[in-house]
Amino acid sequence: MALIRAFETRVSELYRDGEIPGFVHTSLGQEAVAAGVCGALREDDYMATTHRGHGHVLAKGADVDGMMAELFGRATGLCGGKGGSMHVADPARGILGANAIVGAGMPLITGAGLSSKLLGQGRVAVAFFGEGAVNQGTFHEALNLCAIWDLPVIFACENNGYAEFSANADMTRVASVAGRTAAYGVHAETVDGNDVAAVHEATDRAVERCRSGEGPVVLELMTYRWHGHYEGDAQPYKPEAEAQEWRDRDPLILAERALVESGAATADELAAVRAAAEARIDAATEAARQAPDPAPEEAFAHVFAG
Amino acid sequence: MSSQAEIVPTRYMEAINLGLADALEEDDRVILLGIDVGAGGGIFTVTRGLHERFGSERVIDTPISEMGYVGAGVGAAMTGLRPIVEIMFMDFISVCLDPIMNQATKLGYMTNGALSVPIVFRMQTGAGRSAGAQHSQSLEAMLAHIPGLKVVMPATVTDARDLLLEAVRDPGPVAYIENRRLYAMKGDLETDPLPLGKARVARPGDDVTVVTWGQTLRDCLKAAETSSASLEVIDLRSLVPLDIETVYRSAERTGRVLVVHEAVQDFGAGAEIAARVGEEVFDLLLAPVRRVATPAVPMPFNPALERSLLPSPEAIAAAAEGLVAEGR
Ligand SMILES: Cc1ncc(C[n+]2csc(CCOP(=O)(O)OP(=O)(O)O)c2C)c(N)n1
Repeated sequence: MALIRAFETRVSELYRDGEIPGFVHTSLGQEAVAAGVCGALREDDYMATTHRGHGHVLAKGADVDGMMAELFGRATGLCGGKGGSMHVADPARGILGANAIVGAGMPLITGAGLSSKLLGQGRVAVAFFGEGAVNQGTFHEALNLCAIWDLPVIFACENNGYAEFSANADMTRVASVAGRTAAYGVHAETVDGNDVAAVHEATDRAVERCRSGEGPVVLELMTYRWHGHYEGDAQPYKPEAEAQEWRDRDPLILAERALVESGAATADELAAVRAAAEARIDAATEAARQAPDPAPEEAFAHVFAG
Repeated sequence: MSSQAEIVPTRYMEAINLGLADALEEDDRVILLGIDVGAGGGIFTVTRGLHERFGSERVIDTPISEMGYVGAGVGAAMTGLRPIVEIMFMDFISVCLDPIMNQATKLGYMTNGALSVPIVFRMQTGAGRSAGAQHSQSLEAMLAHIPGLKVVMPATVTDARDLLLEAVRDPGPVAYIENRRLYAMKGDLETDPLPLGKARVARPGDDVTVVTWGQTLRDCLKAAETSSASLEVIDLRSLVPLDIETVYRSAERTGRVLVVHEAVQDFGAGAEIAARVGEEVFDLLLAPVRRVATPAVPMPFNPALERSLLPSPEAIAAAAEGLVAEGR
């Protein structure tokens, strides 16, 4: 979580300063979802995410240098600089990619679940998506397919209350994603998405169901996005009191507090974790700055497979 | 030994079925997904018998949920399976274009080759039977316009089987487009397949190079029989890859090129071929490149109206003769 926090904070600054091109969507304030879900997965489990996927990709084990270089568009990036923030992927770690089409990851992860089942891979497949994507047909189509085929798929909905500038309550009569899921006969849980332990435990339960062949699970993880939809969005559409309330429930601080209270870590140790994360991001940033752009002919590579 | 004895006349649709069966047989990772492709055998009976033979884990009935199951096919292709997904009518790509256009054809590129998506999007088209404006469209140019997608359109019984097998073996996404007006056509299944990406000279000739693909190959061959001009008919077999070299080589001898397709003329693949011929071998031409295609209107239901719009052997022959007449 500390690494994601440091990564996203730095990316926000680098984007503001014009060092990172394109579109960037940060997940500051949502780190417990990424860490809690991915921490309950195996390295070979599949994961697909969204335009707001840096945290999920890092938590699933992607290399930090490769990640940062990809956001810079460098040849040393995870995708050789041809994917960028919204398309970063690392299939060797089951990371099937961020996706810039809202809702597109759910059918893809359904297919990954199908592969897992038919090829006997024993892998769980997780799709992250926002509550805004629940209004896409893909959510409903993919959920139904996973249900009728009993696929080992976890639908991890990061419910941060807003899709771009639109509040969830304005876009559906049934604000509860778990509630909408009931229509498909699929097990769903709503969880405090700022409580990393709760997210982790709920994911453990979901993984258990999936691996034992009971079919898909929907996890609705209630959280809040601190920054705008994109970097630079001033968020006039959010009530200040609401934003403050969520900032007071900083998932990283909540996690640190729990660790100290349980005696699992000392404040000094946690400070050292944060400092190490900062140093890691410093190094990744510097490496990305120094890295070369892809060679011009790379524009023509991998248009067709093989 | 007479090879004649081994050649069995086969229907185009049987050849597709054979191709599907061969593909399922030769690789356990191949699955077939689609609406009523399983026990029902497909609405045109093209997949008949496959479910019984390969079981419901390989030949999978889906709900009417194209965005879901076509997308799932793409995800399955990314993770170890080699799916053939059937889109019942080509017109229905409207409701599942994202997995084709933004996912399957982009993910290999955007991951710099770390992902590959070996999937076949199987679909059929075919105007001329009053199927109406939502079940008659030939949209191959739309698909060919998407970088990274191979687009094949078998016009013969042999290609119906062999191009399907090539498509399944291809490491990337391929759109395999059948023409349902050819389903009942009988032909000889030949045993020496041409690779995907090679055009075929279906009939040699001297005056006009006629370039076509899919159903209109038959019309062109008929035109060649009756026309006073000598037509060299080229079956492109695939739009992507486009074997334009075979067209150039023919144009070198004939000096005249006519492109014929069932899809609407405006912004169609014929325009691309005409442009390439103009750019690359302009000096060889004795006349402008001409096209015979369907006018750009939604296909009307009325049989007479529909017939009046589609390319016919007569129109093709007339266009070819016109080219000879206007030659410089
Ligand atoms: C198909 C599609 N429609 C619209 C967009 C533009 N868009 C990008 S992100 C977004 C909001 C997504 O909201 P949500 O799914 O809740 O995720 P969040 O941004 O809150 O993480 C929209 C509308 C898009 N990228 N793709």
